[in-house]
Amino acid sequence: MPAPASVPAIAIDVHGLTKSFDGRVVVRDLSLKVKRGTIYGFLGPNGSGKTTTIRMLCGLLTPDRGEGRCLGFDIRREAEAIKRHIGYMTQRFSLYEDLSVRENLEFVARIYGLADPAGAARAMIDRLGLGGREEQIAGSLSGGWKQRLALGACTLPSPQLLLLDEPTAGVDPKARREFWNEIHALAADGLTALVSTHYMDEAEHCHEIAYIAYGVLLAHGTVGEVIEDSHLVTYAVSGEGLTELAHELGGRPGVDMVAPFGASLHVSGRDAKALEQAIAPYRKKSKLEWTRSQASLEDVFIDLMGKARDNYP
Amino acid sequence: MKALASFATGGLWQRAGAMLVKEFLQLRRDRITFATMIMIPLIQLVLFGYAINTNPRDMPTAVLLQESSDVGRSILKAIENTRYFKVTHLVRDEAELDRLLASGRVLFAIEVPAGFERALRRGDRPALLIAADATDPVATGSALGALRELVQTALQHEHAIPDSPVAAFEVRQHARYNPAGASQLNIVPGLLGTILTLTMLIFTALSVTREIERGTMEHLLAMPISPLEIMLGKIAPYILVGFLQATLILVAGVTLFAVPVVGDLSLLAALTTLFIATNLSFGYTFSTLAQNQLQAVQMSMMFFLPNMLLSGFLYPFAGMPVWAQWIGECLPLTHFIRIVRAILLKGSNLADLHYDALVLALLMLVAMAIAVTRFRRTLD
Repeated sequence: MPAPASVPAIAIDVHGLTKSFDGRVVVRDLSLKVKRGTIYGFLGPNGSGKTTTIRMLCGLLTPDRGEGRCLGFDIRREAEAIKRHIGYMTQRFSLYEDLSVRENLEFVARIYGLADPAGAARAMIDRLGLGGREEQIAGSLSGGWKQRLALGACTLPSPQLLLLDEPTAGVDPKARREFWNEIHALAADGLTALVSTHYMDEAEHCHEIAYIAYGVLLAHGTVGEVIEDSHLVTYAVSGEGLTELAHELGGRPGVDMVAPFGASLHVSGRDAKALEQAIAPYRKKSKLEWTRSQASLEDVFIDLMGKARDNYP
Repeated sequence: MKALASFATGGLWQRAGAMLVKEFLQLRRDRITFATMIMIPLIQLVLFGYAINTNPRDMPTAVLLQESSDVGRSILKAIENTRYFKVTHLVRDEAELDRLLASGRVLFAIEVPAGFERALRRGDRPALLIAADATDPVATGSALGALRELVQTALQHEHAIPDSPVAAFEVRQHARYNPAGASQLNIVPGLLGTILTLTMLIFTALSVTREIERGTMEHLLAMPISPLEIMLGKIAPYILVGFLQATLILVAGVTLFAVPVVGDLSLLAALTTLFIATNLSFGYTFSTLAQNQLQAVQMSMMFFLPNMLLSGFLYPFAGMPVWAQWIGECLPLTHFIRIVRAILLKGSNLADLHYDALVLALLMLVAMAIAVTRFRRTLD
């Protein structure tokens, strides 16, 4: 598989992508830049437009507006060239459930015109640790193994860019960890990966993240940058009567967000002074313990979503 | 406990009713099923009511006049007056008559021999020669029956002919290709085409919708493979399957029903392959148009029905009104049935059958072109 003539330093560079279905805007004016060799986390709740964005990147959907390049190829005019150099892992298992592991891999290898499909499939089976299962019918694999097989199938033709759509949804924690290890191993070889997920904790596996809700890209950068840019001040409260406290604080001026967090309550505000004023009467209560802490990524996202809901109803 | 009790007594009718409401909701959203429910009875009614006629009239007839005489013309007129025959070709020699019969362009060939009138005047009872294409005995049977009456009435206004208690001339009939009028000689070629149509349509009609329903289409579309490549790859294996099926039917037809194989088997094999590919292309086209597997099957059925009724297999093609014959000309089975009858029973060659072969190829290309252009490369 010949590489594109000049592999650009920016693997994905799109701006102004907009897509609507039946008059409902699903992705709105989305711009994205992903540097080569990075693992880029694409976070957001279900139905936020992640899948639609990924499909526009690989030519499966035509954007209504906006343009850009993927691996240096125009996403509107050169979709066929893009398809040769990306690996796209769909959200739903989309290999043939009635073919065996080996047959599925050999099929993909032949479509991409690999010189030795059988050899490539065998090598991938070894790499995935699927040895001994190569003749098993794909439909009878467990969720975690299906996920690994799907990743194997989309990395088989040595793509430059991986687009992984919620690859870890419904997979147990151990399999998720192994999956991320595999992604890091691939990135170390120079591969770029855009990974969508709705698990906030998976942001820590990514070099950079973008957060999308209601079809709008609300924040992007490294995890630290996203938290810093939010200017969110958070207090963690623990003690008794937290449920009542949450009710009383919610909606007060200066309090932008109140969210339970394990055994404690996170009270956050974008304006530190106003927040402190709002919580002052409650800080004296003996049964409550207040500590100023850093906002978590989840605090930031929930706050961003609240803001976005006001702007894009 | 009370909630549980009320669930138990809530009743069979309430739950069956819930199911009924759900089924109606789903039916209302499935427009194609709705359309088939209305279209299939309508198509059947119209075709059976208007198009099908088991006592066909106006069948294409070629005439060879070896002499030009008033008597000959009177007889021809009388033949046309039976309304069973319609003279479509006036030819110059017997070879041309044979060619027209072999290619299926005419069902009857009538020859008025030289010296007919003179022999008639002498009271020699000359013979009028009529050859019928009896590959479909149903189509030609009643017309040949009508000829017996004709002999009595044809010349009653010709005063030059001496009155006589016996008919002035005789009609020498020749039921060609199927002299015994065995109906299985017609049914076996017809069934070969019908079975192939049905199975080939279903094979490919499911192929694209199955990928969509199982979710594999998204992955397929994201890979570097073109719609044409997908189509060729999906059609090719079934050509082999269809070929095996055709062989099976033919071998059974020959061994069980003694269907003769007069013509060239390799020509039959080549044209059968073309027919199989044509039907696979139609099925594949339905598959690209349908939203799901059920719709694809329904579309195939809507296509299969006129194929069966208007192809000349079950009911004589020549007996249908012109509009129905035009529809029939656009259906692959019509041409294939002509081809199989012609090769098996008449020994026709490619020169006789080039029209039917070309139409089959054209239909295949049209179906493929629709499929490739209608194939959705994106999920838009």
